[in-house]
Amino acid sequence: MLEVRNIDVAYGDVQVIWDVSFRVGQGEIVAMIGANGAGKSTIMRTVSGVLRPGKGQILLAGEPIHTVEPYTLIEKGLAHVPEARRLFPEMSVEENLDMGSLRGRARKERARTKERVFSIFPRLSERRRQASGTLSGGEQQMLAIGRGLMALPRLIMFDEPSLGLAPILVQDIFNVIRTVRDEGMTVLIVEQNVRQTLALCDRAYVLENGRITQEGAGADLLRDPHVKAAYLGV
Amino acid sequence: MKNNLVPLVVLAVLAGLPLLGLNSYVMHILILSIMWTLAGMAWNLLGGYCGQVSFGHAAFFGMGAYSAGLIHLHLGLSPWWGFLVSLPLVALVALAMGSVVLRLRGPYFVLATLAIGEVLRITCENLTDFTKGTLGIMITRTWVEKTQYYYIILGLALLGFMVCRAIVHSRWGYYFVAIREDQDAAESMGIDTTRYKTIALTVSAMLTGLAGAFYTNYMGYIDPGVVFSLGEISILIIMVVMVGGVATQWGPALGAGIMVILAEYIRSLPLIGVAYQTMFGVLLIVIIIYLPNGLVGDWPVLRRKLLRRGATA
Ligand SMILES: Nc1ncnc2c1ncn2[C@@H]1O[C@H](COP(=O)(O)OP(=O)(O)OP(=O)(O)O)[C@@H](O)[C@H]1O
Ligand SMILES: [Mg+2]
Repeated sequence: MLEVRNIDVAYGDVQVIWDVSFRVGQGEIVAMIGANGAGKSTIMRTVSGVLRPGKGQILLAGEPIHTVEPYTLIEKGLAHVPEARRLFPEMSVEENLDMGSLRGRARKERARTKERVFSIFPRLSERRRQASGTLSGGEQQMLAIGRGLMALPRLIMFDEPSLGLAPILVQDIFNVIRTVRDEGMTVLIVEQNVRQTLALCDRAYVLENGRITQEGAGADLLRDPHVKAAYLGV
Repeated sequence: MKNNLVPLVVLAVLAGLPLLGLNSYVMHILILSIMWTLAGMAWNLLGGYCGQVSFGHAAFFGMGAYSAGLIHLHLGLSPWWGFLVSLPLVALVALAMGSVVLRLRGPYFVLATLAIGEVLRITCENLTDFTKGTLGIMITRTWVEKTQYYYIILGLALLGFMVCRAIVHSRWGYYFVAIREDQDAAESMGIDTTRYKTIALTVSAMLTGLAGAFYTNYMGYIDPGVVFSLGEISILIIMVVMVGGVATQWGPALGAGIMVILAEYIRSLPLIGVAYQTMFGVLLIVIIIYLPNGLVGDWPVLRRKLLRRGATA
């Protein structure tokens, strides 16, 4: 579904991603774990076209996407639920969801998908006319995820969806991600909650200082001594 | 229902005003206020709704003004044709400018707007064969009376009001706001941000050009130092919107009325009068600090404060 080949990414003169390659197969949940500043969000922003790789290629369903305009990606089936939510704060909950479904099939299915999002997150339904900037952190995260789902993407990327959420909510969000996958979406996720994420995902990559250092099945990495020491605190 | 009624009532009142037999000075103030309302609404579409701050709307105002002046000077046409001539001209410049600088992130757009106003002023001052340079262009005004001008600018402002209102309530309006609030997020929602910013700029510029073309016809005289002025046009347009209310429907009208009256008043003061641009600068800073959303935008806050003061007194 997604194939990233040997990309370098830099902010100005400062290179932060070095020769990174990974792939996400159709229907998989793939995780990327790494310390703060390792470059996880940078990779996601590069896939979603906000940043451009200095070298390398990014293919979505076999088609290169690192050269196209970023606004065309959502129609190609790629949705990005970015770090720190990035909602439209003065727009209502419902308007934010509508923004997630501006084009194509997502637009036609808007009403139905919205009902579905509201059934996943009933709290959003109660607050549909509230300005999103006044929602609590957890509610904003739900809305960001909901907005991503509104696009009916083939591949959805979550950047730290559990950030700042109470443990019980974290579990809910992980359940939502699992459900989404079971319905046929492909998932790429970046998380600090390493234990839960490795338990959730099919495969994972370990990113250290902008380079991929390890990869494997989630269950295998959970047992890996290096991962245990560096990310699980055992 | 109520929302549709308000503009009609306002329009009826404004249309009726000249019937009161107001003196020509009051009519002049009204005409200027409405003209600045038009320019303010135009700026607001781009700066208020789409979040792209322009420090160079004098460029479009001046192009409108010179469209009217130049067709008269060179082709002997009535300067009223300036409206029609200005539209494609201004649109073309805005489109070209948008597709180049709106692509870039960061302060490029602001700087480019600042530059284009000044570049056009200097060009106009130096192309003396074509524009008569700093001598300016004089036309013969069509009417001595103010009433006709009043209805013409009222009609133009109404057009501007309806165009802005229609856009703000359409899909475009939502795209503009999304771009203002988070451009990257808007882009990843599938909004071609360069394209919609360019649309906002172009519509905004065209409406501003109409105000400029009206200015020539009404004032009868233009020169580059006035119609391309940073202080008297570009900044004044921003002030109109900031004072009245950014991204509000009625803000520009209120702001225009206040600014025109204030400008007249300050200019009439002995000694301080000459420093009125400085006073505007100070006022702008005060507004940004205390009423960042303008009088209309911060009205709920303002009312609460006034009520509280009333209650304790
Ligand atoms: N806009 C930027 N300009 C310059 N450097 C940046 C920018 N954004 C990120 N960086 C740098 O790039 C590196 C990777 O940042 P990135 O945000 O991708 O890390 P991350 O793995 O997502 O971290 P976290 O877990 O804290 O979110 C960091 O060293 C960071 O300082
Ligand atoms: Mg990050």
